[in-house]
Amino acid sequence: MHPISTVVAARNITKSFGSSLVLDGVSIAVDPGEVVALMGANGAGKSTLVKILAGVQPPDRGTVEIAGRPVRLSTPAAARGVGIVSVHQQVADTGIGALSIAENLLLDDICGGRVPIVLTPARILERAARIAETAQLDLDLPAPFSTLSLANRQLVAIARAFSGRPHMVILDEPTASLSAVESQKLFTLIDKLKQRGIAVLFISHKLADLRRIADRAIVLRHGRIVGEFARPLDLGAATTAMIGRQVDAAPRRGPTQSARASLELHGIRLRVEAPLINLAIIPGEITVVTGPLGAGKTSLLEMLFGVRQPFAGTVTFSDAPWRPSSPARAIEHGVFMAGEDRWRTSFAPSSTLGSDLAGTIALPHLRAWARPFGFVGRSTELAAARGAIGRLAIVCRGPRDRLDHLSGGNQQKVVLARWQARPSRLLLLDEPFHGVDLGARHDLIEALRKMDPSAAVLIATSDVEEAMEAADRILIMREHGIVADHRTGQENLLARLASLETLAAGAVGA
Amino acid sequence: MSEIMSPTGTRQHSNRARLPLLAIAGRSGIFLTLIGLIALFAIIQPLFLRAANLLGILEAVSVTALLGLGITVSLAVGGFDLSVGSTAAMSVMTAAYAQVVWGWGAVPTVFLVLCVGALIGLFNSLLIVVLRVPDLLATLGTLFLVGGLQLIPSGGNSIATGMTFADGSTANGIFSPAFLVLGRSRLWGLVPLPVIVLGFVALVLWVFMERLRWGRLIYAVGGNELAAHLAGAPTVRLRSFAYVLSGLLASLGGVLLAARVGRGDIMTGGSLLQDGFASALIGFAVLNLRRPNVLGTVVGAILVGVLLNGLTMLNAPYYTQDFIKGAVLVGSLALTYRLHR
Repeated sequence: MHPISTVVAARNITKSFGSSLVLDGVSIAVDPGEVVALMGANGAGKSTLVKILAGVQPPDRGTVEIAGRPVRLSTPAAARGVGIVSVHQQVADTGIGALSIAENLLLDDICGGRVPIVLTPARILERAARIAETAQLDLDLPAPFSTLSLANRQLVAIARAFSGRPHMVILDEPTASLSAVESQKLFTLIDKLKQRGIAVLFISHKLADLRRIADRAIVLRHGRIVGEFARPLDLGAATTAMIGRQVDAAPRRGPTQSARASLELHGIRLRVEAPLINLAIIPGEITVVTGPLGAGKTSLLEMLFGVRQPFAGTVTFSDAPWRPSSPARAIEHGVFMAGEDRWRTSFAPSSTLGSDLAGTIALPHLRAWARPFGFVGRSTELAAARGAIGRLAIVCRGPRDRLDHLSGGNQQKVVLARWQARPSRLLLLDEPFHGVDLGARHDLIEALRKMDPSAAVLIATSDVEEAMEAADRILIMREHGIVADHRTGQENLLARLASLETLAAGAVGA
Repeated sequence: MSEIMSPTGTRQHSNRARLPLLAIAGRSGIFLTLIGLIALFAIIQPLFLRAANLLGILEAVSVTALLGLGITVSLAVGGFDLSVGSTAAMSVMTAAYAQVVWGWGAVPTVFLVLCVGALIGLFNSLLIVVLRVPDLLATLGTLFLVGGLQLIPSGGNSIATGMTFADGSTANGIFSPAFLVLGRSRLWGLVPLPVIVLGFVALVLWVFMERLRWGRLIYAVGGNELAAHLAGAPTVRLRSFAYVLSGLLASLGGVLLAARVGRGDIMTGGSLLQDGFASALIGFAVLNLRRPNVLGTVVGAILVGVLLNGLTMLNAPYYTQDFIKGAVLVGSLALTYRLHR
């Protein structure tokens, strides 16, 4: 057992990649039982700092100390050995789907050889049950890990971290894929970590998370610490420090009630037993659907884009029936969709022909931009990419840059640029702010507001705060039906945020 | 920058400055190797550089390269076509059977053989696209199926004029002279026709894959099928097309082979699959593209051909050939992937 009074500290950490200085003399210290939020825009150096603490990368200069003694973190295993455990932001990496939940809880021990040679299923269950009990996880331990929801996978990953009695647990965007209710479970578990005197370093783009869980916030910008905020957290000031400028609420368009609905849903059922959806979407407005994971937000968007068909009901679009048989048909008629998780639904690996920035923007428009005989219109493609880079302020090395060299926010700008490259009548965006820092999010929303008002925009997000920032109108979904329809006005943002969060939470609880 | 993710989201990109020399070696390593080899062989054995010998090399690799091009297209669409060797063998037997047993002329024979190749490709795409059998398994199945099927009509024997069947009848047809021209004639008495065919096919395919929008779509499907579908690409049609094209190119290779050999030899096609794959995979390293590509496949096939020809001239025994091919393949794969860490 480690003594309780250990402080994990990083001193004067400096790291550069090539000519760019990513961390410039950063020092942080986290007390036992303290939750410190690490904030910063994409590219501020957060991930590099985490990787250094987790033993993935060595610093160029500086030391990591535990209880005043320097430690060498040459590999992730070494970091774990001295008591620094990190839970990766990629949910896919958090466990092995084919193994049971119990085996996943013991994964570090099994892989590290710290288990008896003969390991019967009964012994695994017994050991796993002990860990689950400490973490107060109520799960069916013999069931395969792959049956777990995203949220429960995260919880298992953190419970795993528990079992090693670490000094510090690093959580890199743990709530990125979680709904409000699921995040609550995670926070309860983090409270447990605190009670046991474990230091927690927490990275998140969601201000609501930080408000709930952080004791202290450290803000990084351009590889330096630009601010430290203790409780009560002044998140406004932290945000300003983070992006180096004030984020104004984007100017809203005037009331558009007079505009005629372009898209109307009549008695749509997304599932056999789901409630009927009647809805009219008005051009020129940004409508945001929010609600917990699995509420049917994605299904709604995919139905409109021709990926799936409704079980009942009709859709009219500009007074004509709308029932596209495939995404290709939808795109032909000016209905565009950017799917959730850009690397899964929008991008190709960098070795693929046409996976560069310009090629990615051009993919759905190849036919429209083609020259005679089907030759790819490369000049049109380059011009479109250059235009997008300027308009959306995409930070890159040029129109032929590789997308995996861009930050999350800039990658998402490329996705938006693709679907703004030709005029659309309906633009569907599924989780467009996932893994996007506040500055980039602001740029994205601004670009949406500047769109031709003849286009309707429908966004799906499980993050209420993102919904509040982007929306002219907010729809709340639960169980594949729409349960609330708010038009946003000038009311106090935080009060509304709270009520919407309760509503979204209630949607799952019910 | 720090927060950079690879497509899989796992590997960290590092901007470690690379030796420029190493970068140049990576980009044109295969070309440099090829030039180096030619120079080396030319110094040791001046006969190597004679036009007849160089064209002979191209002729020797033309069938392999055609199969490699088919494999390249199937790899580009994210698939895997193991059946090209069997398809080529089937084509040889079909060409022989049509002419020797049925007495068909050159034009209907070539047409029939190409149809057979396209049908085998269509069969593959049925298995893969409609029945959703994984490509590797589906085309492995086709490899056996077609490889076995081609033996049945002739009762497991090679087909040549005068052959006797089990029922005592003899086949009296002959390979049409017009057909044999395809494999044996030389343009201006110098350039073998198969080399012209390969050059033409490679050029058209290069333009198609690298410059036309359908090529872009094929690569997009191979890179991320879901993303291509959501961007409006007809993914089912593109994948089917790739297998049909692969089958077609393999049967074209079979036609050239049959025309060169002049009989329906049951032993043909032996190493065609491995050689075709080797060309396509060596091609990944050409221009350092790390993806299947038309130019790379042709250069890969030529590289192997030059090496085998040169070493044969230097009296290297024939049984070292597979070892040499393997060494080139492993070497170029290492070159391709090593420099991208």
